[in-house]
Amino acid sequence: MTELPYLDGNMLDGPLGELFAVDLSTATGRCAHCGTPSPVAGLRVYSPAPGLVARCPTCVEVVMRLVRGPDRAWLDLRGATFLQFPMPPTSAGTGA
Amino acid sequence: MRWQPARLVARRAETPTAQTLVLDVPGWSAHLPGQHVDLRLTAPDGYQAARSYSLAAPADGDRIEVTVQRVPDGEVSPFLTDTYREGDPVEVRGPIGGWFVWRPQQTDPVLLVAGGSGVVPLMAMIRARRAAGSRVPFRLIYSVRTPADVFYAAELRDRVRADAGLDVAYVYTREAPEGWRGEPHRLGLADVNNHGWPPELDPLVYVCGPTGFVETVSDLLVGLGHPARRVRTERFGPTG
Amino acid sequence: MGIVTPGFSGRPRVEAPELPPGQYLTPDFPVLSAGPTPRVERDAWEFVITTETGAEHRWSWAQMMALPQETPTVDIHCVTRWSKLGTSWQGVSLDTLLDEVETAADYALAHSYGGYSTNLPLDDLRDGRAWLVHTYDGEELPAEHGGPARLLVPHLYFWKSAKWVRGIRLSLDDTPGFWETAGYHDYGDPWREQRYQGD
Repeated sequence: MTELPYLDGNMLDGPLGELFAVDLSTATGRCAHCGTPSPVAGLRVYSPAPGLVARCPTCVEVVMRLVRGPDRAWLDLRGATFLQFPMPPTSAGTGA
Repeated sequence: MRWQPARLVARRAETPTAQTLVLDVPGWSAHLPGQHVDLRLTAPDGYQAARSYSLAAPADGDRIEVTVQRVPDGEVSPFLTDTYREGDPVEVRGPIGGWFVWRPQQTDPVLLVAGGSGVVPLMAMIRARRAAGSRVPFRLIYSVRTPADVFYAAELRDRVRADAGLDVAYVYTREAPEGWRGEPHRLGLADVNNHGWPPELDPLVYVCGPTGFVETVSDLLVGLGHPARRVRTERFGPTG
Repeated sequence: MGIVTPGFSGRPRVEAPELPPGQYLTPDFPVLSAGPTPRVERDAWEFVITTETGAEHRWSWAQMMALPQETPTVDIHCVTRWSKLGTSWQGVSLDTLLDEVETAADYALAHSYGGYSTNLPLDDLRDGRAWLVHTYDGEELPAEHGGPARLLVPHLYFWKSAKWVRGIRLSLDDTPGFWETAGYHDYGDPWREQRYQGD
């Protein structure tokens, strides 16, 4: 019997692209469980399942879950302490 | 990202069990080599099935290409390779993915490692390199079961002759062509060592294939001293 | 509904009176997974029922196997829309296990090796409607289907039949489990198509 394969976080771009205008595949998330930062594209996505379950490649705890109903979606990010996105530089200063 | 209507305009046989489908997607936004699309089929009773496919060629107006490996007993791939006719509609969503991509303005040497149909997005990179006139050194290590299973075989032969700075090495896992040195084997340390780039050159590595293959290859590369952040992977699971 | 692709029908789907709304029949037994498959040795396995007062009732593999065994044949319905009819199992009725437990709880939270959990009303585990099963189709339950042992609660969507189950916590309050905290229904009756919260 073989271990169930998992996929790369790359595959989250399609389903998450329905929700967000930003490109999540270049974002970095920090695992709330072990603290390791990892590109979203490097998460381990387990599927098929009733939803998408993205796990930390280091500790395998859940970082992100996405459930898509016909007319609603649920995104659970409690396993991520943050998501960091590369952004074009702003022309203004940092304020204050 | 929305589902867009598309139509089949042409198909090409790559192997006895794999075909490239050329789709016309009106209003397609340009994509980068390495990106993929979701393709959705709807039955008359409303039943839907969607699958992800890597784009096999660089952007070309409204035309996109995917290469579909027929999975026996699959639900979608046998339909696409056997039944789907020119002119018939499907829906596509994409382009998808901003991580496993190569941009023609990149200058780092590139190592591509393909397991089976994992060659598809890597071929898009090889084609984009040529289209852009890039001289970035490219090496492809292509692990495949038998010579008959090689996708884009003739084009790869031509490219190696015509495209300066592109090398292609094959690893056969079941059956090697006549006159081949060595025995069929699974891709191992020696293959990566002989046909890849040394870590000192700081290449960018793209590995695509089934989960187990990608796992093995990334472990080998990291073991050889390639930093994990320079090894980009795309695994695919068993879909049909 | 999307644009119909001529000639595409998808996997054969049969209408049958045994099928709840929105389900299709499958001859396969699809494997769904939200994480790595836990590997639990039978001699390290245990099953624990914890009551609302904190009292614990434990069974080792040998103790569980020594209890009266039942062989239910039931239809199962997955929320991802496949149904499988006439599946045969062997295991211990939850009535047998709960007989030893004194509780005033209304709710149960099943929890598994590997971290999965799912919530059910305690009443749904009683009256011959739920089992702790270790055998499928005459064979040891394979790990990918939840072995060594899983819950079998066939009158609810199959995500309630927790794989790799290691215990049940009883309480006076309902605590949503893994999928229930991510949009899925707290009860999950396939005949009322209770897939998502609010259905």
